[in-house]
Amino acid sequence: MGKKLLLKHDNIPGINTYEVYRQRGGYASVEKALKTMTPEVIVEEVKKSGLRGRGGAGFPTGMKWSFLAKPPGVPRYLVCNADESEPGTFKDRYLMEKIPHLLIEGMITSSFALGANTSYIYIRGEYFYVARVLEKAIEEAYANGWLGENILGTGFSHHCYVQVGAGAYICGEETALLESLEGKRGNPRIKPPFPAVAGLWGCPTVVNNVETIAAVVPIVNDGGDEYAKIGIGKSTGTKLISASGHINKPGVYEIELGIPVEEFIYSEQYCGGIRNGKKMKAVVAGGSSVPILPADLILKTAKGEPRLMTYESLGDGGFQTGTMLGSGGFIVMDEDTSIVKNLYTFARFYHHESCGQCSPCREGTGWMEKILHKILDGHGTVADVDLLWDIQSNIEGKTICPLGEAAAWPVAAAIRHFRAEFEEYVKNPKSIKDVKHYYRLREKV
Amino acid sequence: MVNNKNLQFSPESLALCKKIMDRYPEGKHKSAVIPVLHIAQSEFDGWLSVPAMDAVAAALNIKPIEVYEVASFYSMFNLRPVGKCTIEVCRTSSCWLMGAEDIVAHIEKKLGIKDGQTSADGMFTLKTVECLGSCGTAPMMQIGASYHENLTFEKVDTILDNYKSNGKRKTYTDLDYKNTL
Repeated sequence: MGKKLLLKHDNIPGINTYEVYRQRGGYASVEKALKTMTPEVIVEEVKKSGLRGRGGAGFPTGMKWSFLAKPPGVPRYLVCNADESEPGTFKDRYLMEKIPHLLIEGMITSSFALGANTSYIYIRGEYFYVARVLEKAIEEAYANGWLGENILGTGFSHHCYVQVGAGAYICGEETALLESLEGKRGNPRIKPPFPAVAGLWGCPTVVNNVETIAAVVPIVNDGGDEYAKIGIGKSTGTKLISASGHINKPGVYEIELGIPVEEFIYSEQYCGGIRNGKKMKAVVAGGSSVPILPADLILKTAKGEPRLMTYESLGDGGFQTGTMLGSGGFIVMDEDTSIVKNLYTFARFYHHESCGQCSPCREGTGWMEKILHKILDGHGTVADVDLLWDIQSNIEGKTICPLGEAAAWPVAAAIRHFRAEFEEYVKNPKSIKDVKHYYRLREKV
Repeated sequence: MVNNKNLQFSPESLALCKKIMDRYPEGKHKSAVIPVLHIAQSEFDGWLSVPAMDAVAAALNIKPIEVYEVASFYSMFNLRPVGKCTIEVCRTSSCWLMGAEDIVAHIEKKLGIKDGQTSADGMFTLKTVECLGSCGTAPMMQIGASYHENLTFEKVDTILDNYKSNGKRKTYTDLDYKNTL
């Protein structure tokens, strides 16, 4: 059984309430941080822990924190990115819904480390009911003296607010999120300046994912070194993985970074194997944006070594034969799945979610969706497959924010690994009709 | 359908707007535009007419265009009238893998409407939407603030029949959200 840091108590009844959470040692990190540590020491501990941003990019959190500008007299802000919208990812929702106080505790401790007296949790609009859960937790935290003025008599004051979005994937990009929080359209900003220098209302701001902020709690409680003992190399600690698709046990799992992918997919402790006794065809390992890999490449690297659940091992082989850990959105597809149709749902998604600021992304995503639609309608040609490749390569790296790459990578990977399926569709359109485009619900176990 | 030239927020809603505006530093109250648009949408029949958006602009003391440009960007804001219950079925990868297309087809047949249309009795509007973060419990649909997960045809039938017999409007700000903000 792997060690659990965040979801240790997720099955305890009433853990969403203050009393039960406090009984289980909740808010200890706030007490420890405010009474016995300085902000600099906490940042040092986070650096030592090797914690990397859990939203998808995997940037070292301690380093991000140390970039925060501290001009005198200017307020600093901590903003929690709870705009979880990456297809295949639902870990933050689980965490916030089950253990809301863990996030609030992390917000207070992290804000103390950053010298922020105000923080905002920007949550996607569709999670309205989760926002409600968080608000309740915040009320309880205020009532018990963990939020407000002069917390624990230490002179540190902090206020935390929940801000709901209104349905825009792009607001998960940190500068778009800040724009949205300022009451504008979610158009990403050109960087630099980075939010650490000029973020929310032009003030120094740190934007961190829900899971990242929650992970600060065990790091402060047990020390950065203790946290870094878990995992392999630069992938330290635990990670929440959202498992979905054709597996026996979909859900959110907290894993120690470094377990083999094969164990994660097939062991009873985690996904429990492919449902209906089918074979695995492909896996999207880190949310829709990361390259899809065929079954053999997800289980073993091109060199034949077992693939592990770490940032490095999943990335082994670059995009030619590897992928990314990303947000940990693990989508498993069985042998009957049409990769082309799945790609179509991704292309449609990115077309819908492109903010429209940069032409390559705005036009390219729609163009790719149309071509895939044409292929699935039985009118595709081999030239269309080449055109798809051409379009995606012209989006990548030519946009303000990474949505362009996120839209291009899945297309590139699907063609790279499953070109035969595309060619079969365009050469023999009748074969599309034989493909099960989707699961019949009747077959559901 | 409300389409008055001048829409006014109720006193409770105005008090709530004020409370939301207080979350931000002096002069940064424009940040409240998205939460207040949500309030407007639930108060004014589930959609944002131009007068409804003007009411938001007035409440926040900002220019109407600053409200229009935001409302038109985000997919949860309806700029056209909708039925009392908007059924939003997720259709992206994981949900599609688990049969979202079947769910959509089933609802279309049951209600006699297509994706994007409203039923003749004004009760339901059907929408297909992108990933709602419920991939492990796919297929799913959202109605108002409620997530309905692990759907089967029978489950969809029961849920929709319940909403229909209840007959009430469902909005994102359900669940006593308004009273506690």
